[in-house]
Amino acid sequence: MKPAPFKYHRAETINDATGMLASLDNARLLSGGQSLMAMMNLRYVMVDHLIDLNPVSELAGIRIDRDRVELGGMTRQRTMLESDEIAIRAPVIREALGFVGHVQTRNRGTVGGSLAHMDPAAELMGIAALYDAEITLTSTRGERTVSIADYPMGYMTPNIEPDEILTRVSFDLWPQGHGYDFREFAQRHGDFAVVGVGSQLTLDDKGEIDRAAVVLIGVDDGPVRLNDVEEALIGETPSDDLFRAAGSMAAKQEMMGDALITADYRKRVADAFVRRSLTNAAARAKEISHA
Amino acid sequence: MTEKVFVGQSVKRLEDPNLLTGKGQFLDDLKLPGMLEAAFVRSPFAHARFTDLDIEDARKMPGVVAVYTAKDLPDVMQGKRILLQVPNPAITNPITQEPLASEEVCFVGEAVAVIVAESRHEAEDAAERVIVDWDPLPAAGHCDTALKPGAPVAHSDMTDNVAARFSLGYGDIDKAFKEAKHIIKERYVPHRGTGHPMECRGVCAIYDAVSDAFRIWSSTQTPHNTQRGVVDMFGMPEDKVRIITPDVGGGFGPKNQVYPEEMVIPAAAQMLGRPVRWTEDRREHFLTTTQERDQVWELSAAVDDDGYILGLKGSLIHDAGAYLPWGSIMPYISATTVPGPYKLGSYKIDVTVAFTNMVPTTPLRGAGRPQAVFVMERMCDLIGRELAIDPAEVRRRNFIPADAMPYKMGLTYRDGAPVIYDTGNYPESQNKALARAGYDTFPERQAAALKEGRYLGIGIGNYVEGTGLGPFEGATIRILTNGRVAVYTGATPAGQAHKTTLAQICADQLGVDISDVDVVVGDTGMMPRGAGTYASRITVNAGSSVRTASIEVRGKLLKMAAAKFDVEEDDLECVGGLVRIKGEQGDSIGFSDLAKMTSGMPGYVLPEGIKPDLEASAYFTPPQATYSNGSHVAEVEVDPETGLVTILNYVVVHDCGNVINPMLVHGQVQGGVAHGIGNAILERMVYDEDANPLTTTFAEYLMPTAEMIPDCDIIHMHSPTPLNPLGVKGAGEGGTIPAPAAIVAAVENALQPFGIRINECPILPQRIVELIDAAGTDKGEE
Amino acid sequence: MPDGKHTREINVVVNGEPISAAVEDRYSLADFLRKVIGLTGTHLGCEHGVCGACTVLVNGDAVRGCLMLAVQAEGCEVTTIEGLANADGTLGKLQQAFMDNYSLQCGFCTPGILTTLTAYLRDHPDADEPEIREALSGNICRCTGYDTIVKAALSVAAEMKGARA
Ligand code: FES
Ligand code: FES
Repeated sequence: MKPAPFKYHRAETINDATGMLASLDNARLLSGGQSLMAMMNLRYVMVDHLIDLNPVSELAGIRIDRDRVELGGMTRQRTMLESDEIAIRAPVIREALGFVGHVQTRNRGTVGGSLAHMDPAAELMGIAALYDAEITLTSTRGERTVSIADYPMGYMTPNIEPDEILTRVSFDLWPQGHGYDFREFAQRHGDFAVVGVGSQLTLDDKGEIDRAAVVLIGVDDGPVRLNDVEEALIGETPSDDLFRAAGSMAAKQEMMGDALITADYRKRVADAFVRRSLTNAAARAKEISHA
Repeated sequence: MTEKVFVGQSVKRLEDPNLLTGKGQFLDDLKLPGMLEAAFVRSPFAHARFTDLDIEDARKMPGVVAVYTAKDLPDVMQGKRILLQVPNPAITNPITQEPLASEEVCFVGEAVAVIVAESRHEAEDAAERVIVDWDPLPAAGHCDTALKPGAPVAHSDMTDNVAARFSLGYGDIDKAFKEAKHIIKERYVPHRGTGHPMECRGVCAIYDAVSDAFRIWSSTQTPHNTQRGVVDMFGMPEDKVRIITPDVGGGFGPKNQVYPEEMVIPAAAQMLGRPVRWTEDRREHFLTTTQERDQVWELSAAVDDDGYILGLKGSLIHDAGAYLPWGSIMPYISATTVPGPYKLGSYKIDVTVAFTNMVPTTPLRGAGRPQAVFVMERMCDLIGRELAIDPAEVRRRNFIPADAMPYKMGLTYRDGAPVIYDTGNYPESQNKALARAGYDTFPERQAAALKEGRYLGIGIGNYVEGTGLGPFEGATIRILTNGRVAVYTGATPAGQAHKTTLAQICADQLGVDISDVDVVVGDTGMMPRGAGTYASRITVNAGSSVRTASIEVRGKLLKMAAAKFDVEEDDLECVGGLVRIKGEQGDSIGFSDLAKMTSGMPGYVLPEGIKPDLEASAYFTPPQATYSNGSHVAEVEVDPETGLVTILNYVVVHDCGNVINPMLVHGQVQGGVAHGIGNAILERMVYDEDANPLTTTFAEYLMPTAEMIPDCDIIHMHSPTPLNPLGVKGAGEGGTIPAPAAIVAAVENALQPFGIRINECPILPQRIVELIDAAGTDKGEE
Repeated sequence: MPDGKHTREINVVVNGEPISAAVEDRYSLADFLRKVIGLTGTHLGCEHGVCGACTVLVNGDAVRGCLMLAVQAEGCEVTTIEGLANADGTLGKLQQAFMDNYSLQCGFCTPGILTTLTAYLRDHPDADEPEIREALSGNICRCTGYDTIVKAALSVAAEMKGARA
């Protein structure tokens, strides 16, 4: 299993990369390579040109400005996992990254690569959806920003034009004291999730939920925000019954099935995992005094 | 003065220094001048004919040296198929693979052409350019449906998919079923998986035109079988075909098999006059390396009120896959393994071996036994459930008592000898396992956990395993003129550290340090005859041969020294590489000097009766199999909402007689259990109805990882066998054999509140949830 | 497709030794090590990024050698199993612990496991058993059942702790 031949190009700057991407035929960007190289080794993907973004230092980095986070496309998964700021301000990201691959793949894998590859079970897609992130795409034509809701176009097909590079993803942080949880079901650590759930919520000074976000991964082409569940949670006091009902609602969602994992099974797991995720998120949330 | 005794000690492995520093020499590591690399063009269809094979484009690709299809192979290979390894009259249709398929392919991955190029990359580029005009045919899927009337046939010239049929049994089965109070029936379906050594297969060959001889390196467990296959295919004498195994990165059964690539690569090397290598990649391994374990059992037990089994009867359908390289050995082993440690009043099984359009099946760690143990142990559990008797008690009542040894079961084993269990204490084995597992107090743990909404279960798996099969495995021991001891053997390790164990046995007999012993393995040029590493047979066979040959060499050493010192042989001893006169300041002479003397010193006359060699060969031929046994107890937790199974505790009682190196046996057991856990809850090779494989990467076919495998609590019992001079039995497969039975029983036990039965393995989380849903009962808590 | 073979000259330091070599663009780092410069200690068990046998250290970090291109290692320091022994040729701490604990059988997975653990224990000398098992979750060993590998890693961690105390 050796890749078909291609020509390798090293990009040093974003301009370099967009220039090459605009001018070369059948070209593909290489970021962490942890999915792409495997697919090229299997000859599922064959390209004529491979443009390496790894040397583009301006694409890497975590920037937090007050309540806004910006992650450069080439930020490594390990860098995020080890960032103290992320751990404190957005702990759900750290929790989610714990499910992403293994030490060896997190050392190379990047945020942008994961979002651009758009595996249905991509944890970072789930995170982006949980935070209503915006994705910035750059080409020789300029820059454009796509909201995560408009980003998935189909199975492993993101809303990226052939000449565009995913340069960064940005989103607003949740307030201190928010509850969070990320969990996923896979038989082995680091495998593609059958179902993953991310949830965040805040409690007001009466202990009622005043903000909630719940997302499923692995069940559809892209992450699925459970808007009906979120609405049903607002104004309620966390309880076993409440979260049990949330699980049942999640299980009503259409889900994909394939030869190995059925849609019904995904629903069953989603039911349990939404309940468990919300239960834990609520337990972690501190009541916020609005006084 | 007491000398160091190596046998029985956990001495460090002689293999490790090289392997730990990257100096191992695996097949793909070999560097031969002018070596070419090969890739195969393989069928994307489970069953198809092809008319036109256009290789013109491929030939013109950069780096390509040659492209061969079936008709381009040497004349001597035309019309030939690979040698059937174990013929048997029960086989109605003994069909094996062609080196390259000539007009019909019968499983996905079957090769139709080979590309030889300067690099593997280029060979793969060219393989994409071969254009095949496929004419897909209906395919035989699962072995159960393949035997139904009107099912598609696996080979277009056959009328049905029956490969072999036989029955075996003993006792008056009809009487048992007439008299029994209870008839308990069940259907069991174990699934396919495979060995997946971390190193895939590979072959490398050189043809020497001057002496018209092959030298072939193969990542195989059985170089002598490969030699037989090549000899048969090319019509050459044995001494012109030398097979050498480099370091082998795991075997587990599937490398104990002669493969088409082992014919095609030498042919290419011969035609091109250059070394040619093919290294299997993991995708090819998923498609073309043999697998095992698809079976369908329908069993009925005749049982009295107390749970005593008066009779067991039924049928077994065994999936052969598309060809029969190993004949009908596995279902035969399955059928003879079922009674296990139990005294069944009578037994009768009708076996049908079915062709399907899937990759052929050959022995895989356990070789038909894990399935047999699964059905027998699950039947014991079911009897307990139906009659409200504790499953451990059902087993206790039916055990062959220790004082019945040697015990003649009434069946004939695969070696043609009657099944006679030599030694073992089965009731005690289970007792020890239960005690260590806290079986008696488990109901309390289970109840307490259930109160917290956690589902715990416990399960038992007992087994008896015929090991150490003949016909033989030889050893030659030679004292070299530098004083070192060379051991040559047909044994071919793939991680079992045979070099270490055989050196231990030899060193003890010759009074040298194991570091003074060089063990040469897996080379037909150094050891002309051998059978191979399978069926947990090497320590028994090769080990015994090493011992016998070492003793003979020792005798020669003593005899020479006795002549030299003019003393009795009894007055001499072998110590530290010397032969010396016993007592305080006795004279001594080094092995090296003695070896030099025998190699002929000018003017020196050999003492009377001494031949000019310090060497001996022995071929130990065991009279019959020797039977290892053991008991496993698994404690698990199951999440009924997801079907996730977590193994909380795993106890193994293992009896393989005397032990040469305890840590090596520990490794075989722990590693074997890991494999068994895979077979119980993870590893399922999935095919669709048309026999297309759906799990062809490690992302889909799940192998056990460090986080899921518990440290087994291993207890050793030692019932030495009188059947070989070392008193040893095989240890390589016992870890795997009962694990699916024990774990699946534990899962079922944990899910008792849902009232489900599990009759398949592996049992994956999704299936557990489906069974719970299907049972539809309330779980009675919350 | 652009014509011809695409190759590049790369400069890497492998196990402390500077190397300049031409390599095809499409060669993985593992293929480069094995086929171009003859360091066959790094193994390929799957080439689809799951088994971990190909793990090497690039600038000290464990990466999959089958998922990184050789040309991407330009200017990097690469460490393989051949570079883990002590300067005097004796086995390194972890290698010795593997020998003492019977942490290998066929030895095919061993290169990837040694490199993974070398980096992991350096970064996490206080690692406990579950953490070590998680760190190993990207390396498949078919032979051992892992217990002896974990034992070796824990013994080295304990030794490192002792050395710091
Ligand atoms: S060979 Fe790289 S992960 Fe398996
Ligand atoms: S020692 Fe053989 S795979 Fe690990």
